[in-house]
Amino acid sequence: MSSRILNWFKFSSPATFYPLAGKIQKVATVTAVVLLLIGLYMSFFVAPTDYKQGEGYRIIFIHVPAAWMSMFIYMVMAFWAAMGLVFRTRLSFMMARALAPTGALMTFIALWTGAFWGKPMWGAWWVWDARLTSELILFFLYIGYIALQGAIPDVRRGDRAGAILALVGVVNIPIIYFSVKWWNTLHQGASVSVTKGSSMSAIMLEAMLIMTFAFWAYSIAVAMARVRLVILERERDTRWVSELPEVRG
Amino acid sequence: MKARHKRFTFLVAGLVVLASAAYLVIKGLNENLNYYFSPTEVIEGKAPPNHVFRLGGLVVPGSLKRDELGNEKTKNVLATFVVTDNKNSVKVRYKGILPDLFTEGRSVVTQGKLGPDGVFQADQVLAKHDEKYMPPEVAEMLKKAHKKGVAEMAGGSKP
Repeated sequence: MSSRILNWFKFSSPATFYPLAGKIQKVATVTAVVLLLIGLYMSFFVAPTDYKQGEGYRIIFIHVPAAWMSMFIYMVMAFWAAMGLVFRTRLSFMMARALAPTGALMTFIALWTGAFWGKPMWGAWWVWDARLTSELILFFLYIGYIALQGAIPDVRRGDRAGAILALVGVVNIPIIYFSVKWWNTLHQGASVSVTKGSSMSAIMLEAMLIMTFAFWAYSIAVAMARVRLVILERERDTRWVSELPEVRG
Repeated sequence: MKARHKRFTFLVAGLVVLASAAYLVIKGLNENLNYYFSPTEVIEGKAPPNHVFRLGGLVVPGSLKRDELGNEKTKNVLATFVVTDNKNSVKVRYKGILPDLFTEGRSVVTQGKLGPDGVFQADQVLAKHDEKYMPPEVAEMLKKAHKKGVAEMAGGSKP
């Protein structure tokens, strides 16, 4: 038991995590490219047209994975923020910092593709219903976290301030997820849920899940690349960084 | 108690307080966060009178009439239809182009004011999409199976 705990904490040191992150990044990049190719092929050529929306529905192959990732990345970011606050581990804050831009990007993609779909299907680019508004708030939370964390010159204080903001924002996640259930919204309810299964045809669902895994792998790859940069930046005065071949060369 | 245990307790307590605060806010705002009113709520007088609000529900099949006035100029521009929640219904009048997904028997959200004659004067109509995605062949099959089922039930109820 104690050896397992020790093993975990070994990787909480930036010096030991840095090479591991590099390995994870490589595997995740390859996975992301392969899954994206399969997923996009299925989305555009294998999945049939929708009986009601025609070809326009294909936006869900991007929209839904991006929206899921936007919420999931936020939860992971908040988890690392909490870890950092409790254990005072530098690497936890670095992980939170590395995840935020990818989360913001996913939120933006979800909002943007949603607007493109909304115009022909609903008849409006944007409406202020509970689902859309709470997702927009999520975007502002990501931006706010990045801005607050970066605005404070002292890295430790900036990290802690950002972490608290990230944790406060967690209340928004269940609101986004359940908004279509709790209130009348223009946005439709969930097509895929753990409790009710799916109301999509199987091939459409498969394409969407492959795209989700592709987005997942992409997010891991980018977060690892970014955390390596954050580590290098923050540990630049340490000996182990100055001895790295990529820094020396 | 170690320092990190203290911080952990503090964090959990903070999150609990935050969650309860959020719960109370949501509970307080509950009605106001609805994007639209249902026909039943409108008939019960829950919708704001003399004020713009949104009305949502299913378009009653066969209720859509275009150009009620019979004027050549307003043809296909003035639309009337009935919105229902399967309990109560409200008649809607709308001047403008209906969105592509607007179909009888489907969900719709309209924005406007309730007129003195009880007809909802809409200035915006949005089609609401449901969560079902399927190819046209499957939809056709489901439709046929449904018709067959209805016919069998009707046939079975006869003595």
